[in-house]
Amino acid sequence: MSVTYLEAIREAQARLLREDERVFIYGQDIAGKFGGAFKATKGLAEQFPGRVLNTPISEDAMVGTAIGAAMEGMRPIVEMQFADFSSIALNQILNNAGTHYYRTSVPVPITVRLPSGGTKGSGPFHSQSMEGLYSHYPGLVVVTPATVEDAYTMLIDAVQIDDPVVYCEHKYLYYHLKAEALPDDKLPIGKARIVRPGRDLSIVTYSAMVHEALGVANELSPDGWEVEVVDLRSVKPLDTDTVLASVARTGKLLCVGEAFPWGGVTAEVVARVASEGFHLLDAAPARVNAKDTPIPYHPNLWSEHRPNKSSIAAKARQILAE
Amino acid sequence: MLETAERGASSSTKAPPHERYLEAFRWMLTARVLEEKLASLYRGGMIVGGVYLGRGQEAISAACGMFLDKSKGDLFAPLIRDQAGRSAFGEPLLDVVRTYLGSAKGPMRGRDGNIHRGRPREGQLAMISHLGAMISVLVGRLMAKRMRGEKGFVGLTTIGEGGMQTGATHEGMNIAAVEQVPLVVVATNNHYAYSTPNDREFACAALVDRAKAYGYEGATVDGTDLAACLDVIGGAVKRARAGRPPQLVVAEILRLAGHGEHDDASYVAPEIKKESFAQDALQRAEKLILDEGLLGREGLQQMRAQIAAEVDAAVATAQQEDAPHASEEDWSALSTRELADQFA
Repeated sequence: MSVTYLEAIREAQARLLREDERVFIYGQDIAGKFGGAFKATKGLAEQFPGRVLNTPISEDAMVGTAIGAAMEGMRPIVEMQFADFSSIALNQILNNAGTHYYRTSVPVPITVRLPSGGTKGSGPFHSQSMEGLYSHYPGLVVVTPATVEDAYTMLIDAVQIDDPVVYCEHKYLYYHLKAEALPDDKLPIGKARIVRPGRDLSIVTYSAMVHEALGVANELSPDGWEVEVVDLRSVKPLDTDTVLASVARTGKLLCVGEAFPWGGVTAEVVARVASEGFHLLDAAPARVNAKDTPIPYHPNLWSEHRPNKSSIAAKARQILAE
Repeated sequence: MLETAERGASSSTKAPPHERYLEAFRWMLTARVLEEKLASLYRGGMIVGGVYLGRGQEAISAACGMFLDKSKGDLFAPLIRDQAGRSAFGEPLLDVVRTYLGSAKGPMRGRDGNIHRGRPREGQLAMISHLGAMISVLVGRLMAKRMRGEKGFVGLTTIGEGGMQTGATHEGMNIAAVEQVPLVVVATNNHYAYSTPNDREFACAALVDRAKAYGYEGATVDGTDLAACLDVIGGAVKRARAGRPPQLVVAEILRLAGHGEHDDASYVAPEIKKESFAQDALQRAEKLILDEGLLGREGLQQMRAQIAAEVDAAVATAQQEDAPHASEEDWSALSTRELADQFA
């Protein structure tokens, strides 16, 4: 018996619907036998009548509706078909959900699920990683689970949090990642995890890039390099303490993210380490991100556009040599 | 005075009882007197940011607030020119002046100002500036109430002909019809989106025609005619409450002020000021009150004086209150404090 990352998301939603009558799911093509573009809600509409609802292609109104329902005490989950389309809902997420508690003292507990990140052939509009953009604005919690276990427990936590949560689930991990079973315990949102201890270099990353970083760590190991890999898990709040503690052990930082290179999560991590842990560093902190172009369609281009084992390993070797 | 769109339900032509005229007039006058005071405070440099007036829009706005009933669970999502409706819905004068003056005791505590105020838990939503954004939020609240098994409630939201052209308005109006929530959308065409006249705003023959397109029942009304406004809005609210499809009411007026008090509205074409919809709704309502014998001139003056005293008292109270202090602000946009990110 094994559970995929996608099944963990479905099981988390099934459990939420079963245990919390305030929960409903709102999104495109998620109801009926169809169960969503990626099947993250398959079977749930039949199991929970009236609580898994199809919407028109209206991302702005989907989120607006969820915000209103949340004000009334519900715990809506909005499924974006692809993270990319949440740009249509930016106004509702950033300006309505993100400001509401600060302005009125009334929190807006919505969870917006963003099927994020690149897969072969998906091109410019079905591949984006938007966690940096959402993290830039106040009033939102932004999580980026990299494991089956986190996909499950962080979605349950996201819905239980009284504030808006942007839940970035990576499409590449949907089927590629499997666990033995659903987890019994969890690490809370806001805590990073050391997924591989090391002494020579800290690779700080999140979401699918955790697995690329682990591959790089394994590749460098025979050469005598012990690379520590830190999975941020949530990018906002960002667990600066765990990152600084890691850099204190290794003296070197490489931050890896799949999003575009200007600003974003990796820049934030480097900025924090440089300003709060400058004395810990034995080399200039570095970043590997996607390239500063739209995400290309052809696999030959796409695989070089995003960070990959070879580009991460090259940068890691460069820092290690310093 | 009343047309219904093709799919519109027939509206009652029975005039509302006279006591509602007087009640409505009181809310209209409250809005006018309060807003004159706000404009004066603004000109005196006592209000930062902006002041946005509903001058000319008082009749349609008052009607919007008057047919909503908090005890029935009704919800109101007003916009920037809805002082009359906000007051009729139950917004205290102190909420208004505290928000404009930035008092820490106001509902927004100095964190937001002017017309962005609301009390969401008490049914009055706090608008954001992005037009059309509140429609779907109201839809969500109505859906949630229905999911919880509540009955007999309605939601009413207002928009202008400018806001009618946004994508959010389209999505919100459509999703309301898909969800069949008890919603009334009142669109007031005041003929200018800030400085832009109707011919650069939309090209359809009549905005109410969109009612049919969205699956709403539609009606139009002369927004300067209080009796007509009460009749048409009352009818739309009643139909929504009775389970009819969402309702669209389009009112015609002229904005008798600038976009805000910073704006002298010199762009308003002289010829449009001669149109019937350019009449002052408050003056017309005053004539109605006199013609119907509901109050004499002396009674009207007494009412104005009483309202002015209430407004002055509210302003005096708010002016004595503490402004928010940055040193006492906890600077957290999250209610879950332990999840607030920490910046060194």
